[in-house]
Amino acid sequence: MSVATPLPHDAAALHVTGQARYVDDIPVPATTLHLAFGLSEIAHGRITRIDLSQVRAAPGVVAVLTASDLPGENDVSPSVHDEPLLAENTVFYHGQPIFLVVAQSHLAARKAARLGRITYEEQPALLSIDDALAADSRFEEGPRLFRKGDAAGAIAEAAHVIEGVIEIGGQEHFYLEGQAALALPQEGGDMVVHSSTQHPTEIQHKVADALGRPMNAVRVEVRRMGGGFGGKESQGNALAVACAVAAHVTGRPCKMRYDRDDDMTITGKRHDFRITYRAGFDDEGRITGIDFVQYARCGWSQDLSLPVADRAMLHADNAYYLPHVRIESHRLKTHSQSATAFRGFGGPQGMVGIERVMDHIAHHLKVDPLDVRKANFYAAMAGASGGSIGAEKKPEAVPQTTPYHMPVEDFVLHEITGALVESADYRARRAAVARWNDANPVLKRGIALTPVKFGISFTLTHLNQAGALVHVYSDGSIHMNHGGTEMGQGLFQKVAQVAAASFAVDVAAVKITATDTGKVPNTSATAASSGSDLNGMAVKAACDTIRERIALHLAETHQTEPARVFFEEGRVFVGDDVMSFAEAARSAYEARVSLSATGFYKTPKLAWDRIAGRGRPFFYFAYGAAVTEVVIDTLTGENRILRTDILHDAGTSLNPAIDIGQVEGGFVQGAGWLTTEELVWSDKGKLMTHAPSTYKIPACSDRPAVFNVALWDRGRNREDTIYRSKAVGEPPLMLGISALMALSDAVAACGPGYPALDAPATPERVLAAVRRVRAA
Amino acid sequence: MADKIHLKMTVNGQPVETLAEPRELLIHVLRERLDITGPHIGCETTHCGACTVDLDGKSVKSCTVFAAQADGAEITTVEGIGSPDKLHVLQEMFREHHGLQCGFCTPGMITRAWRLLQENPTPSEEEIRFGMAGNLCRCTGYQNIVKAIMAAATEMNAAKEAAE
Ligand code: FES
Ligand code: FES
Repeated sequence: MSVATPLPHDAAALHVTGQARYVDDIPVPATTLHLAFGLSEIAHGRITRIDLSQVRAAPGVVAVLTASDLPGENDVSPSVHDEPLLAENTVFYHGQPIFLVVAQSHLAARKAARLGRITYEEQPALLSIDDALAADSRFEEGPRLFRKGDAAGAIAEAAHVIEGVIEIGGQEHFYLEGQAALALPQEGGDMVVHSSTQHPTEIQHKVADALGRPMNAVRVEVRRMGGGFGGKESQGNALAVACAVAAHVTGRPCKMRYDRDDDMTITGKRHDFRITYRAGFDDEGRITGIDFVQYARCGWSQDLSLPVADRAMLHADNAYYLPHVRIESHRLKTHSQSATAFRGFGGPQGMVGIERVMDHIAHHLKVDPLDVRKANFYAAMAGASGGSIGAEKKPEAVPQTTPYHMPVEDFVLHEITGALVESADYRARRAAVARWNDANPVLKRGIALTPVKFGISFTLTHLNQAGALVHVYSDGSIHMNHGGTEMGQGLFQKVAQVAAASFAVDVAAVKITATDTGKVPNTSATAASSGSDLNGMAVKAACDTIRERIALHLAETHQTEPARVFFEEGRVFVGDDVMSFAEAARSAYEARVSLSATGFYKTPKLAWDRIAGRGRPFFYFAYGAAVTEVVIDTLTGENRILRTDILHDAGTSLNPAIDIGQVEGGFVQGAGWLTTEELVWSDKGKLMTHAPSTYKIPACSDRPAVFNVALWDRGRNREDTIYRSKAVGEPPLMLGISALMALSDAVAACGPGYPALDAPATPERVLAAVRRVRAA
Repeated sequence: MADKIHLKMTVNGQPVETLAEPRELLIHVLRERLDITGPHIGCETTHCGACTVDLDGKSVKSCTVFAAQADGAEITTVEGIGSPDKLHVLQEMFREHHGLQCGFCTPGMITRAWRLLQENPTPSEEEIRFGMAGNLCRCTGYQNIVKAIMAAATEMNAAKEAAE
């Protein structure tokens, strides 16, 4: 069967030869024009004058547009219409697009865009969390609150209490392919758009509104992205709309790609957070009551910040049972890029909060943080992994509930952690680290094991739906289309494997086609790790429909039951007869049987009230755990990951090779976020780290010297997902938290104080923390 | 605008001639004038390596080379290393060992690795790590890229031995 096999990426042969096309590689008509934005050079202020005379006079410039030149709606927001494509009277961040240059070439457009003379009346800019709090600048009327039990009462009665605060930096997506779009005007004012986007339907919708046309006048196609990571969920809207509007105005094809500096300056990033905590616990470190306050810096427009901040609250427990808990969340509006979706979608920040608490408790009690973590784990449940349980803890009869009152029925971290502690030789290595630290005054080592429990489903329940369109041609070849987009995660291959399995043919018989709003409408973004879960099911439904039609037809012609028609290894068995799948398709075609079907899927069991903070927002949880060992130089703060061991639960993996790739890449990206990737803004609100020269993502040479990654071999989704697999896009990113906690452990070896290490733990922060613990 | 200059070079074994602006970058000439879109643009500031090509036997980042500097040069891009129905071993190994996800970095990775294996046919893992450090990948975590290059080195050496 084609599922559960490690097939290579479907387009691998094209990628390795440079034939795979991204938006910027699509051959365009010679008349194509190129676009660039003119950007705000202050963080907040009223525009008093726009002088574009030099821009218009620059070589190669065909048109220059400002807000007043737009034919339809001036909005590219994915949520509440608060994000103009081009600034109207006021600018809200340094880098906000003000005007649009349309020119003969990309370079001509960019050069001309620098020639705008904008005069502003500057207004005070709220840049930091503190600025926004002082001005009460926020989204929604006030903080959101989840509560269960009586946190304050439980903390008051606890044997031990700690409190603290952690600052968690944001993260630039740094998808290697920058944002790009291409609009091709059609007859009658219709528009075809190629966009590097995770959300073609959203692009279609925003382009239609901008042109003042219905959605059926716009078709959006996405073959692939050169990385997305959430950064192409809403941030591509501006380019697609700009191209469509310029194409509409000039009547010519228009293309736009951000140069990397513009990309980093204009687009939103991962939200930076401050999380304060106060926790009460017993002598074993078991939390009895806890109070979190989360502050998210959302930037100037709402974008997806509310669900991001919700998800941070939803992961404030990570893998731990919190009997009495209160979580307060502030969504702060600042004059900076509008923070947006990024792999994990707020979950990682929430999780860093509770992992910091675990680390802090262990330091307070002078015990191994792993023991504190295990003491707080949710109870094991019988049947959690669909199989037997070899847990260290006895299974409970009644599941424990999360802070949002959802029973945790599939908790498998006792088993995963147990297996990882063995395979990574955690206990012995922890002792070796302690010996090393006793013997070495300058270099100190640290080790940490952190778990991940990540909720799978969009928290906006209606997004949990997907459609597919499948055709079988009379020669037996299959054409497959669904609403998911390919950004490197291997979705297309996994779903093709599902289609091939339905017909029992070779996966080579399935043609994977570009995502197209004209084939499958009203799709959700490829996000929330849901791509394979949703689209796999929708494609399976479509394939099953066609297969049943073929079976019915063959049963009739062979005077037997449809149940006695079998599809196996590229052949179809009917009674005593056997034929190739192609012959079966041909026969059905000649009998006038439809060989085309749509498929649809919606995730069951979901019920969620985000205001009350109650219900079941997730269909299931994905799990994993990582052990990371690091070394720091206490004289410079420099640090290195020495070894990482990961055991991750992908359920019954649809494609283990692709899933392991997701785990490895996710971990490295997560560790990068928490160690080297630092975003710095000037005190005027200008992003200073706007290129890879100043923003450091992990390179090939920054790897853990030893990196052992495995999928949990007993994984099986207890919920009825596609072939019992589990989503794997986002969860592994949070395995990177083990790197931050290992650094904290290394710093703690330097003195009696608690490191209270903020993220990213750059050498500067590590060094400052070393001094702090020594001074304590 | 300054007068265009007339360039002659050999790209993937084919002699080509084109006009270019004096300050036009090699990556732009390759992609826009010669329709060679394998080399990608990731940063245009020498940091990501997506635009890596081979110029007179050296790996260069074509976003930081003037096309004028390549006049008379011999250039190999990923397209010149193999084709979908005739993959070079290195390309085959990237495919087989899952050395790519979104694939955007892949042409640069392959072109760089192709030269690296000529500079050092028997690299250690460490040497690959540092030899490839100028090429960024945001998706894979590099593990499978290194594996693919190791595997290619082994295959190529075995083939060489067999031939000798
Ligand atoms: S585009 Fe040349 S190094 Fe990034
Ligand atoms: S595979 Fe996406 S950047 Fe390397």
